[in-house]
Amino acid sequence: MERTRHKSLLLILARELATNMATPIFVVDPDGTLVFYNEPAEAILGASFATTGELSFDEWGTAWNPEDPDGETIQPRDLPLAVAFREKRAAHAPMWITGLDGARRLIEATSVPLLGADDELMGAIAIFWLAPGA
Amino acid sequence: MRARIWGCRGSLAAPGPDTVRYGGNTSCVEVILSDGTVVVLDAGTGIRALGNHLATAHDGRTIHVLLTHLHMDHLQGLAFFSPLWEAATDIDVYGPRHPTRSLAERVAGYLSEPLFPIHLSDVPSNPDFHEVGDDEFDVGCARVMSMHVSHAGPTVGYRIEDNGRSLAYVSDHEPARGVDFAALGTEWISGFPLCENVDVLIHDSQYSAEEYTTHVGWGHSSIDHVVHLANRAKARQLVLYHHDPGHSDDQLETMHARACELWEGDTPPVLAYEGMEIDLS
Repeated sequence: MERTRHKSLLLILARELATNMATPIFVVDPDGTLVFYNEPAEAILGASFATTGELSFDEWGTAWNPEDPDGETIQPRDLPLAVAFREKRAAHAPMWITGLDGARRLIEATSVPLLGADDELMGAIAIFWLAPGA
Repeated sequence: MRARIWGCRGSLAAPGPDTVRYGGNTSCVEVILSDGTVVVLDAGTGIRALGNHLATAHDGRTIHVLLTHLHMDHLQGLAFFSPLWEAATDIDVYGPRHPTRSLAERVAGYLSEPLFPIHLSDVPSNPDFHEVGDDEFDVGCARVMSMHVSHAGPTVGYRIEDNGRSLAYVSDHEPARGVDFAALGTEWISGFPLCENVDVLIHDSQYSAEEYTTHVGWGHSSIDHVVHLANRAKARQLVLYHHDPGHSDDQLETMHARACELWEGDTPPVLAYEGMEIDLS
């Protein structure tokens, strides 16, 4: 039976949630591909989702040049979202990012895996916000 | 493949003089595959009469009951489905996978005290349970696609393909919850692959557009949303289903007229009614 490319219901619901929230949210699919971020996230990431479109893990893991609070580059695999993905647990970290508008911003990010029945990994979300006093 | 509707009311059975033309029994559709296999879509109150019919019409092969979810309007009739009480009957029950509890455990939540006097474990036919998610599997000569859809709690829709024809059954579905439906890519529309290019789409149509504004998140479609979905999916025939228990026959016909206004295909939508037969041969 032919099945066209389609998102799982958990991702669809995550996007619905993100669309209706004022908190910045970033959604990735089970392959690690960035599939959506909402309008509040656009303000911090410095670009609209319509501009960036979907990005592979290798692309989004470096696109915003993440650095730890001391200015050391964070490797993509150490990003909270990558940890949530790999270890199926929540992860949190403060970090500097450089928006696609060129502005450097200190944020805090918490990532959570999206687990379906039998703990199947259906994707992950990252919720982030500007660090207090940044 | 042929289908017959035994119940098309949503939420609660609604017998009475205002629902005579379309019927008051809740969700149940019989599908007879091209090899004679009987598939039952949902076990609302309409399944009681279907069970009585099968007592004389059934050839003894396994009966396949495909549940979309376990809300009472889709499950309540199961205990009154006469083949269930025949030890010689083989019944396979399919339903959505749940994160923590098995399908049998959840069905037993109804088939047990205090809601029903006999426990599921004492049912003579001893049905087999099969949990489904985003899957494909064979039933008789048909290939069946199941897919999670946006409702309330674990819910799936089904698409049955048999001998080159297809029927989709998405009884309870809110495809446009909190989003700009028209702006979404089809890959982001809940249930879209079930409906795409299908010959017959039996779909939730519970609310008018005005009613939907006060029922966002209740898990059902407005007339506008279901027609939009069917238009985008290029479904060839849309059957408006899961009628609100508060809607009279006259109100349903007003909603049907709205659906026809919005329809972009060749064959206009139709309202499901008890006894309706759909020939997909």
